Amino acid sequence: MDQALARAPLLAWLERHAPTVRELRRYARIFARSASSLLGLALVLAFLLVAAAGPFIVPYPEDARGAVHLDRKLQAPSAAHWFGTDEVGNDIYTRVILGARLSLWIGLLITLVGGLIGVPFGIVAGYVGGVVGDAIMRVTDVFLSVPALVLALAIVGALGPGIMNAIVALSLVWWPGYVRLVQGKTLSVKTQTFVEAARAVGTGRLRVVFVHILPNCLSPITVKASMDMGTAILAAAGLGFIGLGAQPPYPEWGAMISHGRNYLPTWWWYSAFPGLFIYLTVLGFNLLGDGLRDVLDPKSRGA
Amino acid sequence: MLGYVARRLALLGLMLFGLLCITFAISHVVPGDPARLAAGPDATASMVETVRAEYGLDQPLSVQFWRYVRGIASGDLGRSLRTRETVGSDLLRYFPNTFELVTGAMLIAVGLGVPLGILAAVHRDTWVDHLTRVVSVSGVAIPAFWLGLMLQLLLALDWGLLPLGGRLGLMQAPPAPITRLLVVDALLRGQWATVADAFAHALLPMVTLCFPALASIMRVNRAEMIETLRQDYIVNARAQGISDVRIVGRYALKNAMVPTLAMIGLRYGWMLGGTVLVETVFDWPGIGLYAVSSAVSSDFQPIMGVTLLLGLNFMLANFLVDLAYGWLDPRTREAGAA
Repeated sequence: MDQALARAPLLAWLERHAPTVRELRRYARIFARSASSLLGLALVLAFLLVAAAGPFIVPYPEDARGAVHLDRKLQAPSAAHWFGTDEVGNDIYTRVILGARLSLWIGLLITLVGGLIGVPFGIVAGYVGGVVGDAIMRVTDVFLSVPALVLALAIVGALGPGIMNAIVALSLVWWPGYVRLVQGKTLSVKTQTFVEAARAVGTGRLRVVFVHILPNCLSPITVKASMDMGTAILAAAGLGFIGLGAQPPYPEWGAMISHGRNYLPTWWWYSAFPGLFIYLTVLGFNLLGDGLRDVLDPKSRGA
Repeated sequence: MLGYVARRLALLGLMLFGLLCITFAISHVVPGDPARLAAGPDATASMVETVRAEYGLDQPLSVQFWRYVRGIASGDLGRSLRTRETVGSDLLRYFPNTFELVTGAMLIAVGLGVPLGILAAVHRDTWVDHLTRVVSVSGVAIPAFWLGLMLQLLLALDWGLLPLGGRLGLMQAPPAPITRLLVVDALLRGQWATVADAFAHALLPMVTLCFPALASIMRVNRAEMIETLRQDYIVNARAQGISDVRIVGRYALKNAMVPTLAMIGLRYGWMLGGTVLVETVFDWPGIGLYAVSSAVSSDFQPIMGVTLLLGLNFMLANFLVDLAYGWLDPRTREAGAA
């Protein structure tokens, strides 16, 4: 009796949204057809799980906060230390696992700020057009002309090294990609009949943008955001590797590789494992983005 | 075509001006005190004031900007605190090395990426296609600096096949400069041992650097090839009994190459960004390593110099791609006018 009551709203909801549910099922089917999309999803889920559960599953949580155990420094991978230990005896497995949460924050912040700056400018450039649109696009082109990492290097150079400054710098150079993407999409949506019809019946500009244009831009934005999570993590790791990103004792993957570099080739595990985790994470987000594109935005494949 | 070139050229000038605005903003507005930055981390308060007056940093921003642009137009990019040289002469010394590295890597990327893309398109959905897909996705996801380290670990340290880093072995005297490109100069001077040594040193960094570009060139070329092979004129050519090799090589490739070319231009710029990390790993004396060493020691003007140079490079590369585009596909000339 209770169960039936509890299920009723769900059933009613399912009935009401049957077309949506059918659509989602179709999406899931297309997505699941591709082995690489599923691999991407699995990698991303594993990464999120590790980022969430990190502090509870690592054997030596204090090792990510600058603990020193010189008695067990630079030990090879073993049952006690799966990925070995570093030069102050910290467990590398612990640091790599806890680094996932840091990387997740870095990726989220950069992608979010980049999108929040880029998407509105892209819509204005595409929808309003004219001199304003041209100006926005030219500024975007200029930003895109300098490699993001170099521009970020210049900005971090001005602000000084540190994880926050690295995130600020990368966010400042991340938005142009969104402007270009959204501007193009807005231009093509704008000329479609349903938008013209909406305008013809006197719909306000803001309403057209929020109800008609923006929802149609969401698919490519989602795809790009998924890819950017990976790319942003990679770029931040690059800054960490140079020594301008996260500073010790932060368990940041790029910085760990950079420190481990001094201990090659004998103590190879120091650099090898953090790099492997960067690779798997970025690979996951890229494959997921690829899979999402096949589902959400099949026409833009290969572009 | 001439009008098209002129329009592109005007756009190039405008972009360059925009780039100057950005570097000016970063160097004069972003940091709390540019005078302190220019004077270096150990400067005393009075030294900072001297620098402030010397650089005109007490003037209004518009005056400073004008000064800045004029300085750069006359080739004055400032002075490096670390090397004690002008940034201009440093860039002149290091850029040829970067140019060699990037060009070599791009040659590998195009040389492998285009044929592999064609192969994947022709053998679509077979194991060849899947394998190239794995390579292309990995190429973008793998951190270049880590890949470099692992290649060093394996090929240089464990197996001793290739040198670990640097531009030339200690035993090799660099050739007297003609073009400043080491390999070219060594060839011109007939120093064969130097050429071989330079190649050995260049191989790992080039391979490391080419990976992301190789991946996207392959991907774009594959997609375009598949699209092109579907066109009516290809079907028609097939019906006339023209061989597959001829169809792909002669009729399809030229059309498929147009978007690939754009990707090459775009990737060239990204590669210039990538050299920053790869040069750091391989101790390659180019502008990437120069920028990183400067950034780490808070030496600011060299970084701005490198930023400008890389931006200019990218713009020039795209300018050339635009021209090639206009030549390969006349329709884009009109599109550029709209």
